[in-house]
Amino acid sequence: MIPETAILTAICLPLAGALAIAVAGRISPNLREATTLLTAAALIWVVWGLLPTLMAGGRPAVEVSEVMPGLTIAFRVEPLGMLFAALASGLWLINSVYSIGYMRGNKEKNQTRFYVCFALALAATMGVAFAGNLFTLFLFYEVLTLSTYPLVSHKGDEATVRSARVYLGVLLCTSIGLFLPAIIWTYMAAGTGDFVHGGILAGKLEGPAIGLLLGLFVFGIGKAAVMPVHRWLPAAMVAPTPVSALLHAVAVVKAGVFAITKIIVYVFGIDFLFATPSSGWLLYMAAFTIITASLVALRQTNIKRLLAYSTIAQLSYVVMAAATLKPLAEVGAAIHMVAHAFGKITLFFAAGAIYVASKKTEIHQLRGIGRRMPWTMTAFTIGALSMIGVPPTAGFVSKWYILAGAFEAENLVAVFTIIASTVLNAAYFLPILYMAWFEREEAGAKAHGEAPFAAVLALCITALLTLAFFLFNGPVIELESQVVRALPL
Amino acid sequence: MLSAPLIVLLQPRGLAWAGATAAGLASFAIAIALAMAVLDGQTQVYAMGGWAAPYGIALEVDAFSALVLLLVTGAGAAALLAARVSVDRQIEPERQPLFYAAWLLGLAGLAGIVVSADAFNIFVFMEISSLASYILIAGGPDRRALPAVFKYLIMGTIGATFYLIGVGLIYMMTGTLNLADMQARIGDVVALNPILVAAGFITIGLALKAAVFPLHVWLPNAYTHAPHMVTVFLAACATKVALYVLIRFDSMVFQDRLSDHEFQFTLFALPLAVLGILVASSVAMFEGHLKRLLATSSVAQIGYILLGASFVSEAGITASAMHMFNHALAKGGLFLAVACLAFHFRDLRLSELGGAARRMPLTCAALVVCGLSLIGVPGTAGFISKWLLITAALESGLWGWSLVAVILVSSLMAVVYIWRIVEALYFQQASAEGDTSFAEAPLQLLLVTWAVALLNIFFGLFPHLPLALANGSAALLVGGAP
Repeated sequence: MIPETAILTAICLPLAGALAIAVAGRISPNLREATTLLTAAALIWVVWGLLPTLMAGGRPAVEVSEVMPGLTIAFRVEPLGMLFAALASGLWLINSVYSIGYMRGNKEKNQTRFYVCFALALAATMGVAFAGNLFTLFLFYEVLTLSTYPLVSHKGDEATVRSARVYLGVLLCTSIGLFLPAIIWTYMAAGTGDFVHGGILAGKLEGPAIGLLLGLFVFGIGKAAVMPVHRWLPAAMVAPTPVSALLHAVAVVKAGVFAITKIIVYVFGIDFLFATPSSGWLLYMAAFTIITASLVALRQTNIKRLLAYSTIAQLSYVVMAAATLKPLAEVGAAIHMVAHAFGKITLFFAAGAIYVASKKTEIHQLRGIGRRMPWTMTAFTIGALSMIGVPPTAGFVSKWYILAGAFEAENLVAVFTIIASTVLNAAYFLPILYMAWFEREEAGAKAHGEAPFAAVLALCITALLTLAFFLFNGPVIELESQVVRALPL
Repeated sequence: MLSAPLIVLLQPRGLAWAGATAAGLASFAIAIALAMAVLDGQTQVYAMGGWAAPYGIALEVDAFSALVLLLVTGAGAAALLAARVSVDRQIEPERQPLFYAAWLLGLAGLAGIVVSADAFNIFVFMEISSLASYILIAGGPDRRALPAVFKYLIMGTIGATFYLIGVGLIYMMTGTLNLADMQARIGDVVALNPILVAAGFITIGLALKAAVFPLHVWLPNAYTHAPHMVTVFLAACATKVALYVLIRFDSMVFQDRLSDHEFQFTLFALPLAVLGILVASSVAMFEGHLKRLLATSSVAQIGYILLGASFVSEAGITASAMHMFNHALAKGGLFLAVACLAFHFRDLRLSELGGAARRMPLTCAALVVCGLSLIGVPGTAGFISKWLLITAALESGLWGWSLVAVILVSSLMAVVYIWRIVEALYFQQASAEGDTSFAEAPLQLLLVTWAVALLNIFFGLFPHLPLALANGSAALLVGGAP
């Protein structure tokens, strides 16, 4: 397929899929699920087909419409976006397999709406990944927020709707109240919003204004959950687990950190920001978020809430790495998106599988569960180790790069934060593992086995991916190195 | 070509729906043709009765009037096309011909205001359209419409009288009623005081008609209790036509000629616009009745239009004209969807609308699309005008940033009130006794609703046509020579 067509297909395919799913849902659930899987597989084929072009240094671009002079809807594939799109599309397929097991195992209502919205969210994710300028990015960012609302409020009872309102409120308020003004300011200052290698703002702004603009961007992109705009993430945990897994470990939050990284690299330009003292606060803010979120995670008793706070901390790893403003750290930021995605989706899958099989949601209930659900808990262990950053898991690779970047920048705060949070991660994950494997189950507990096969299969695949990424990460690193090397964007 | 208003004028006795719709569509087609011609750079002038411009009654279509004419006739045609089924339920058969006749008169009046190049004729057409709309609003089965319409009548008449006094004063001083002529002659007037008084009268009178905050009190009730289709039509274009005259009068006749007028106009319009936006939005946030909520939001949207105009810059007028167009699309679509909902929900309070999305999924989806456009989510028409408005605000200098804040805050308020509707439709439990069967609105109504909803998206992605017209009108009004 020609790369230009492939970009548009990648966005339209899930849209068409959503329609087909809606129609198929009226006929039979089996047909609906088959459509979902087929769409997901086709999307992988399309998106991954773009990889060779990117590796060869190509930057396919396509312009859809010029809304106003200077304001265009345009797409342009570059390594960061390519990685994000490849990741999201790949995990969508695995997640769909898992969803089928989870939704059927739980006998959830409104399953058609669930699959339709999921496909819509994926279309928006593709749009975010391939966006060629700030305006297009913003457009799909909002679509992503709106299309995930029905997913978060899926259960429909009062508590769920209240949490979903927090989710929507925080994300919309920050994006309209801060992100949009930042975009307008950028357009006014630079005359363009295109993502250009080396940035577009150099020489256009100076002094404290840069720090302020950066702040508008970082807090405006609420999806990145940098404190204090992180409240929506724990709130969104009321969603069904597949939603938490794909959206709150992969698509939505990653769209946030991806957007921040992209803006730092392609709008500000890392050299420009490094020379600007007023932008230094971002790194400290991210470091603060990492430590605080880890501390809060220590005190959680609900599995999904613990994972949510762990996600907040891990997202700020990416932001901190991006804010370190050194080539190695930027690569680390990109790799950490992948590593964290594999690890966290495994953890969420495992949490969901435990819920389906035993209806357990609290940590203290997990005593001895390793014997009842060996496959699930093995995968959980691998995911947890990856979060801590133990070799041979994916988390080690990215931490290595981020640390290297921190040393390169000679920033002791960053180095210290990484070490401290590793200790904290270990402190909240290891007790769970100990409980699950070595403690005895309470007497009189209900007997249960593994979750449905589809769910277990999915979480085993992602656990394997977490391990595999430790060994076979060469292509990814090579691709992402292009971001910082002086290649034409 | 210029027979658009003429056809309509000749047709008021077209007794049934078919005749009315045919007339509506024909005038819409003519409006499109006119807009195309204007885009080619021509200005259509038609001298009624063959008398040359300064003396005879002239009709004139330039970019600005083409845009508004497009809007008026479009809204009229769309609402008429969809009206039959809804009107059948709300108006008893023997009064229907009269109802349609009044509708056509209203349409003719509004179109007449837009194309007329003559201050007194604007008044005449304004009276025609107002009288027709009183009839239309009161025509429904809802008795509460009567006090509402009485209020509207009083305020509308005061507005029209003020306008007439203003025009009279100007005529006294300049000896002409033709707008272009007036613009040329007003510079020669020595005694400025009468002109200033006239400007005040005209501005206040039109502001009353346009429901500019705080002269808006007639609007929410009138819209709420009118028959649904009438609300669609009036909400989409009635107040905008008054704003059109206001903007045209102020910028064409007064702007260049009176020293300090720009400053005065800004001082008058800007605070009112800002207040209107904020107050009306916050009222809408706590409103419990669907139609009244949307009507209150209209007051806020009129604030946006006025805000754009109050910058007295080319960018400002462009934003203003665009917002007229886009808001008509969004609000028209919303009220069409409300008309669909009204088929199965007798009580339109938000608390009674639970489960609507399950019964009428297509209607609700259309409502959401239009609602997003009203909020100004990117990809919809509403975003374009908000963007233009913000750009214009930033251009206006120091004040700009605080105005941007106002616009953004009110957008957030719009999110809140639209979201309350969405929650009521989608996530609220259906009331116990109501049946939950699948029951869409009649196809005819639904098709029109969706056409408007899709136009909201279309003009969000490809806004070239209205944008070209809006740019043209801005250049015309601010740029100088007519």
